[in-house]
Amino acid sequence: MSDSIRAENLSVIYRPRGSRRLLRQYLQDRLTGRQAAGFYALHDVSFTVPRGEGLAVVGANGAGKSTLLAVLAGLLAPDSGCVAVDGRLSTLMELGSGFHPDLTGWENLRLYGAILGMSRSELRERAEQIVEFAELQGYMDQPLRTFSSGMVLRLAFSVAVHAQGDVILVDEILAVGDAAFQRKCHRRLRALREQGATLVCVSHVSAMLESLCSRGIWLHHGRLVQSGPYQEVAAAFTAFINGENRHLWDALPDAPVRTPG
Amino acid sequence: MRRSNLGFVVAELVLKDFRVRYRNMSLGVFWSLLNPLTMMAILTFVFTQVFENRIPHYPLYVLCGLIPYNFFTLSWVTGTASISENPSLVKRIPMQTALLPLVSVLSNTLHLAIQLLLVFAMVLWYGLPVTWHYLWLPAIWFLELLFIYGLALASSSLHVVVRDVRYVVESANLILFWLVPIFYSFAMVPAAYRSLYEFNPVAALVLATQHVILGHRSPPAALMWKMTLVSAVFLLLGAFVFSRLKRRFYRYL
Repeated sequence: MSDSIRAENLSVIYRPRGSRRLLRQYLQDRLTGRQAAGFYALHDVSFTVPRGEGLAVVGANGAGKSTLLAVLAGLLAPDSGCVAVDGRLSTLMELGSGFHPDLTGWENLRLYGAILGMSRSELRERAEQIVEFAELQGYMDQPLRTFSSGMVLRLAFSVAVHAQGDVILVDEILAVGDAAFQRKCHRRLRALREQGATLVCVSHVSAMLESLCSRGIWLHHGRLVQSGPYQEVAAAFTAFINGENRHLWDALPDAPVRTPG
Repeated sequence: MRRSNLGFVVAELVLKDFRVRYRNMSLGVFWSLLNPLTMMAILTFVFTQVFENRIPHYPLYVLCGLIPYNFFTLSWVTGTASISENPSLVKRIPMQTALLPLVSVLSNTLHLAIQLLLVFAMVLWYGLPVTWHYLWLPAIWFLELLFIYGLALASSSLHVVVRDVRYVVESANLILFWLVPIFYSFAMVPAAYRSLYEFNPVAALVLATQHVILGHRSPPAALMWKMTLVSAVFLLLGAFVFSRLKRRFYRYL
């Protein structure tokens, strides 16, 4: 089976200058020749995901999970290493980017679908399906500001899962709407995977994650600690958070970056 | 994102801008006309009553300069902010970021089209002839669009990295008002400066528009060559600056 995602030796360095926006600071840095030290948000991370598999990315806050997704999505260029994603990509990362409260449900649906890469004809075909999935029949002519926040998220999620990418990146958004809608989202993602889509999910360890992902990787301070079958990785990570294997904290310090110039 | 989709995304984003701008206004698109009309009235008062001048159809003359100038400044300012004001698109959606300044420029073009209707209304009101030279107008505006897109592509990329760019743009626009023949005529510019003056693409746009609408003739070839040259240079410059800086967008937003 061919690999859908192949990541090789990915490293991403965050430097404080990443937030530098002022001319004064820029000139200061230039004149003093000083380069602020940074840290590795990802350090030499390699893995592959076979087509049609689900990969769960687990790890504590700040472990580099979202950075990894950004690199996979092509939003962030790694400082070293490379990533190859085969097929059309769709992202469920920040739901409703580009939504505008003054536009109607229909208008937002089209706009969001277009931004996520759906074509005019695909949207026309799927519009009814999207609305039905979001359970928003009868509301779509109203401006989005009259929607409850749950309704907005349902609409966004529904558009996103109908974009039908070959590779779907999901960032901690499985907590959408009420329990019934969550189950529905989860079923939808599983159905997409069974139809051949590859999933990468950043999420908390849960039964839902287990049923979506057969494999897992555990990131800690930007490094890959463990990869393998989901249950093993999840078990090791859970044990770690519960206080076992604390020596890992010491074994894996933040890797400071010191580069000349 | 697939290439065939770019047009659809741009169209939807432009449509969004347009809808958002006008939906909650009771006067709707008339706001687009109110600003140039007010400026036209004030400039006409000052430069026919306070100062004298011999430019015929002065209100229309002012409008032929004011509308392209307004189009340029608004496009440039909104284009400059277009990337830094949309972190949720740049950081979360794998789309072509280079489209954002384009969307800003095209949204303002819609605006411009409404204002040009005002110009044509005044042409008819003055009883001026509409000649085949009007066919130049789309070509002139297309060149200007390329120029502004290149400029906005560069300034929006720089603005992500250095947030001072916006103020540079605003100041430049203020200065530019005096370097475009809006309330004075090109003939008043000393001959020694005229050749250089034509290299200002906003001035060139206004001059070409005046030639077509008020002069009933084609814009001079030299002017068109200069516009083409400047537009091409700025488009390449914009593409270059953007490609150099786009790697940093995620980290700086």
